[in-house]
Amino acid sequence: MKLSFSAADEAFRNEVADWLAANLCGEFEQIRYRGGPGDEHSYVQERKAWERKLHEGGWTGLGWPCAYGGRGATIEQQVIFNEEYARAGGPGRMGHIGETLTGPTLIAFGTEQQKQRFLPGILRGEDLWCQGYSEPSAGSDLANVKTRARYDEARGRWLITGQKVWTSLAHESQYCFVIARTDPASVGQKGLGFFLLAMDQPGIEVRPIEQLTGTSEFNEVFFDDAVCGADDIVGAPGEGWKVAMGLLGFERGVSTLGQQMLFQNEFDEVVRIARENGAAADPALRQRIADAHVGLRIMRFNSMRMLSGGGDDGSLSREAMIYKLYWATWHRNLGKLAMDVLGPESEILDGAPYQLNRLQSLFLFTRSDTIYGGTNQIQRNIIAERALGMPREPRG
Amino acid sequence: MDFRFTEEQEMIRATAEAFLADASNSAAVRQAMVTEQGHDPALWQKICSEMCWQAMHIPEAYGGLGLGYVELVATLEQMGRYLFCSPFYSSVCLAANALLVAGSEQQKTEYLSQLAAGTTGTLAYTGSSGRWDADAVEAVCVADGDGYRVSGSYRYVPDGHTAQLLVIAAREQGSVGAEGISLFVLPAATAGISRQWLPTMDQTRRQAQLVFDNLPVPATALMGEAGKGWSKLATILDLATVAIAADQVGGAQQSLDMTVDYLKERVQFGRVIASYQAVKHKTADMMVKVEASRSAVYYAACIADEALAGGPLGRELAEAASIAKAYCSDTYFFNAGCGIQLHGGVGFTAEYDIQLYFKRAKSTEIFLGNGAYHRERIARGLLEAHPADGAVEALT
Repeated sequence: MKLSFSAADEAFRNEVADWLAANLCGEFEQIRYRGGPGDEHSYVQERKAWERKLHEGGWTGLGWPCAYGGRGATIEQQVIFNEEYARAGGPGRMGHIGETLTGPTLIAFGTEQQKQRFLPGILRGEDLWCQGYSEPSAGSDLANVKTRARYDEARGRWLITGQKVWTSLAHESQYCFVIARTDPASVGQKGLGFFLLAMDQPGIEVRPIEQLTGTSEFNEVFFDDAVCGADDIVGAPGEGWKVAMGLLGFERGVSTLGQQMLFQNEFDEVVRIARENGAAADPALRQRIADAHVGLRIMRFNSMRMLSGGGDDGSLSREAMIYKLYWATWHRNLGKLAMDVLGPESEILDGAPYQLNRLQSLFLFTRSDTIYGGTNQIQRNIIAERALGMPREPRG
Repeated sequence: MDFRFTEEQEMIRATAEAFLADASNSAAVRQAMVTEQGHDPALWQKICSEMCWQAMHIPEAYGGLGLGYVELVATLEQMGRYLFCSPFYSSVCLAANALLVAGSEQQKTEYLSQLAAGTTGTLAYTGSSGRWDADAVEAVCVADGDGYRVSGSYRYVPDGHTAQLLVIAAREQGSVGAEGISLFVLPAATAGISRQWLPTMDQTRRQAQLVFDNLPVPATALMGEAGKGWSKLATILDLATVAIAADQVGGAQQSLDMTVDYLKERVQFGRVIASYQAVKHKTADMMVKVEASRSAVYYAACIADEALAGGPLGRELAEAASIAKAYCSDTYFFNAGCGIQLHGGVGFTAEYDIQLYFKRAKSTEIFLGNGAYHRERIARGLLEAHPADGAVEALT
């Protein structure tokens, strides 16, 4: 076991930190620490400009193969980039869905033509993507999607009809990937296709969902014979589930240590307040603050194990399998701790009508952490069934 | 960064697992735990002569194998998993660590080589106050000619009634806290030391009471500088804390595994009860905790290696030890407690081993400070150290 990074990796760390120091300033100063879950609606134009800036610096597609315009960075380097990015207060990425989900999926499953067509726009930070997975009746039970894809023989294109929900950044995106049923008689994981759609077309309507935070970063997306080119299906009709699950595999991993830096920023704020307002003298709060610190440190150790661990066969290690349940629960608890440390001040808004401060936003938004991307309950099923080998629930 | 076992470390872990699964099976544990010495002397001799675990992290210069704390922790985890009844912890993790940290060259040469050869030992520092910090030291030493005289009683001393070598802490008359503490090493057979076994609820780990009544101790027994022993003792205790946390991870893992095995066999309402979600979710929570505990202990083991080698990360030892002990204590108790509950009626019987784990969970939780104790140590560092330094170095 070895905890330290190599000299080459440390040099890379300096390169990242130097670039961020030289570029995340001036017009971009205002977007430091902004954006991301709970704050996705802030500084949208500025953050889009920042995506292009990142491309200029060669920081997009870091982990992609060089053959597709990426940098072919090692896992360690990607971790370092994410750490330094978060440490510098880098804004929540607008292009992360394209970069971390669409790109790797196309590289793994796409045709050469699809790669040539879609990857450059993602790298340039110009084409933003959103994810069309969940539907009103397909949440935890994702395979229950009802959205249909019908091939229009006459005009050689796919027509998509149905509804997606909880679609982050749909109103800002140029493209959406959608799983839809190519075989209308199919049920469950069979008969699905994975489609790439342009958002700017008459057959697509985006309606923001007002959240309990008063803001809207999730949307409903309605498809009414939305057009998708014949060549814009990834994999064959009927193979959509395989592609969709492959994509979820790309979601985990290198960004976790960067995510923890953001958590650390939030936790430090809670500690700062506790020292200032006297909460630090309350024995019960001291225990909870220390517990949060313990939890966050262990989250990091766990990620280090996860990133060092095999995974050569593509399967998730045990420490990887617990990750979502662990961080989501920890983060939600931090939100509650923040309010309890603030005491009565926790109720007072920055302003009317419903202007939340950062910690209030944390408190409210983290209620979604244990729901999206697989609820805590689904995570427990996955752990029990896949890691502990307990029998599956009977499914209808 | 490579935060996983090397091939050699994995081999050591696997060897310990294979050996203990047989040598420390349920029948062997139940036989050893009802004896006064609390272990099987023949098995201990076999381990010392064939496995050489007791010499593992003692440097080669003193007759040891010169391996590190990671190897030690990997072995301790298996000892916890199989409820190993032995003087290993007291001899290696208390006595040998004490000599490594605080012994003079002459003391190391004399005593470490004895310990490496299988002599047993322990550390006595706690009086009857129930504390685990510097205030725990109640015995008093006074200068007497060239040497000292020690008076006082020690409680909760692991294997104190059978250990052959004693490291003891005593304080100058009238001193408080970290001031005035001295460490001594002496043969337990020294005339005038009264030692008594304290029968305990957890029968797999032995505790004893030692009484010193104005006992003459030669100057050569003093470890380090008189009255300045606390910082050394604090390091010894941090190392011992990491080691007991490793035992807890093993026990927590086995509590989970035994429970899952039982759940897969037990049938009610026509199904194995492992198929019920209420049961699965509880086991998933157990696994999350044990994997996080493992990450915490492995990290702390790496830090302990650094601390023993004088590396820069060694300054994290107190924090890493407290993180591991706080988390692992709560995990082990949770897992063993859930284990009894999920076993149902048979979990309450003496016949099933889960009860033994439950008791060891409690005794290891208390030993060297429970979760609340270690969280308070962390809180002190977070809330009362220098603002914004983020580090928790001033723990003790």
